[in-house]
Amino acid sequence: MKILVCISHVPDTTSKINFTEGDTKFDTNGVQFVINPNDEFGLTRAMWFKEKQGATVDVVNVGGPETEPTLRKALAIGADSAIRVNTEPTDGFVVAKQLAKVVQDGGYDLVIAGRESIDYNGGMVPGMLARLSNANFVNTCIGLEVEGTAVTAVREIDGGKETVSTSFPLVIGGQKGLVEESDLRIPNMRGIMMARKKPLTVLEPVEASAETASVKFEKPAPKGAVTLIDPDNVEELVNLLHNEAKVI
Amino acid sequence: MSVLVYTESEQGTFKKVALEVASYAKAVANQMGTTVTAVTINAEDTSILGTYGVDKVLKVSDSQLEKFNANAYASIIAQAAQKEGSQVVIVSSSSDSKYLAPLLAVDLNAGYASNVVEAPTSTAPFTVKRTAFTNKAFNMTTINTDVKLVALSKNAFGLVENSAAAAAEDFTPSIPEFGVNVQSVDKVTGKVTIADAEIVVSGGRGLKGPENWGMVEELADVLGAATACSKPVSDLGWRPHSEHVGQTGKPVAANLYIAIGISGAIQHLAGINASKVKVVINTDPEAPFFKAADYGIVGDAFEVVPKLIEKLKTFKAQQ
Ligand SMILES: Cc1cc2nc3c(=O)[nH]c(=O)nc-3n(C[C@H](O)[C@H](O)[C@H](O)COP(=O)(O)OP(=O)(O)OC[C@H]3O[C@@H](n4cnc5c(N)ncnc54)[C@H](O)[C@@H]3O)c2cc1C
Ligand SMILES: Nc1ncnc2c1ncn2[C@@H]1O[C@H](COP(=O)(O)O)[C@@H](O)[C@H]1O
Repeated sequence: MKILVCISHVPDTTSKINFTEGDTKFDTNGVQFVINPNDEFGLTRAMWFKEKQGATVDVVNVGGPETEPTLRKALAIGADSAIRVNTEPTDGFVVAKQLAKVVQDGGYDLVIAGRESIDYNGGMVPGMLARLSNANFVNTCIGLEVEGTAVTAVREIDGGKETVSTSFPLVIGGQKGLVEESDLRIPNMRGIMMARKKPLTVLEPVEASAETASVKFEKPAPKGAVTLIDPDNVEELVNLLHNEAKVI
Repeated sequence: MSVLVYTESEQGTFKKVALEVASYAKAVANQMGTTVTAVTINAEDTSILGTYGVDKVLKVSDSQLEKFNANAYASIIAQAAQKEGSQVVIVSSSSDSKYLAPLLAVDLNAGYASNVVEAPTSTAPFTVKRTAFTNKAFNMTTINTDVKLVALSKNAFGLVENSAAAAAEDFTPSIPEFGVNVQSVDKVTGKVTIADAEIVVSGGRGLKGPENWGMVEELADVLGAATACSKPVSDLGWRPHSEHVGQTGKPVAANLYIAIGISGAIQHLAGINASKVKVVINTDPEAPFFKAADYGIVGDAFEVVPKLIEKLKTFKAQQ
């Protein structure tokens, strides 16, 4: 089984979000970048397939040289090799096009991506990639088992979950549940040393033009101060929710 | 030419988001000087769509399509858009719609904007406002392709009544191979889901243990609300993962979000910030949630929540 894990390189969840150049660019100043949390769950599940079922696991990112430390971290967690497609990820479609080429050339059976990146929250790339590659697609995937050529996946739906059967080639949009929080791995010294020697191939992009463009960012309007209610006068909260906020 | 909207139903009845996307489609159609066509799959009575501005309904009825399949549903919507010559296609942010939307985008060669919160600020270039950085910011995005696909955020536009004909006609698209087949569905029935809920009652580590969730459930019951929890609560196994909300959990865009014993970490707030009114109950006046909330009670949940339940019961009885 050949697995490709898509890694998007995103600001750490605690990052302060600011913009520069007249609010057109994300301000990366002082921001720490990490593996997108949804991808980290996917990568960890891929490690299980590697260790228990002998899969090979490559990781890929579409982005500039600044994303290489994130790819090295994925190698330190245990991926076999990394690919970086050297282009700006200008929109979901451009990224999906690049990934489709990598998938086609690499002959991957299974592509594990995340439900969404926590930066632009597009939730676009995995589905587009699946469609462009003529692969099956399971989104919001919280469980994945492979037995020979049979794949069983569990998908989160509104109000519950659904078990589906499918086959390779397959793309999943994964999230927490693929593995648990406690299964996530912090790279150890040996992993980090080995990661330095593992191949990180830089590929030039294929032609693709963005279908959407970011014009400008805005911050939400600052919030007014909280209205505090005396714990001995809970009735007041009921009144306010009914008469002022009009939500009950 | 007409704006095409996919109006989702469950067991024949429209979901609330279907009426919201219909309202939104009507606003877009007005801006573009055109009409609204809805496509429905196994919905029974479609007349209610007229109340939300739908002029025409393409009704697909097929027993094979009883269970959602992203491949087939995307293909059906694409065929409807082609039939109508639609330049704008609108879907909701339900988990099914977000699943099919990127497939549909490829089928239609459409640029796709997700998490859109307002009617377009301009239709040429087609510019929409969407959330980014998990509700920490908004992003103005233009879609530059001929066909545009928009996924509307939940509870962002609301329901707007109109009156239109909702003239229904049967539509028989070709149905592609499923590729993915549903084996079983495990859905809690009779309980409000976080995705559909108007009100969400959420508990954090401040509640000390799973045995104390009785009052959270009771409060939710009184309000007709869904229950949710912070990440550590689901990591500790006190509550199921499906209740985990926040940046790495489910997003919440409710009318009212009540946080009990939740500190208000940035990752938690990011996922629930799209909710309209936020209430926090916490013993620590310094808890960051107080900065994000509209109403707050500094107090012990074990005293405040039972009182709140009692007062709400009285209030509901009077209504
Ligand atoms: C990558 C990453 C992603 C994350 N994603 C998420 C996410 O999606 N969602 C999420 O929720 N978190 C997320 N977190 C975790 C987040 O940082 C916080 O740790 C978490 O939200 C805290 O949960 P809590 O508020 O329940 O617990 P705590 O921070 O322990 O807060 C408990 C609160 O309860 C109060 N309290 C105690 N006793 C009482 C009482 N008797 N009555 C009333 N109040 C009381 C305390 O004053 C305190 O404020 C993420 C973290 C990381 C690193
Ligand atoms: N630039 C990128 N390089 C590699 N994978 C990506 C990139 N952007 C997105 N992905 C993958 O697609 C998933 C969903 O991202 P998005 O569609 O941007 O929300 C992520 O979790 C990644 O697995």
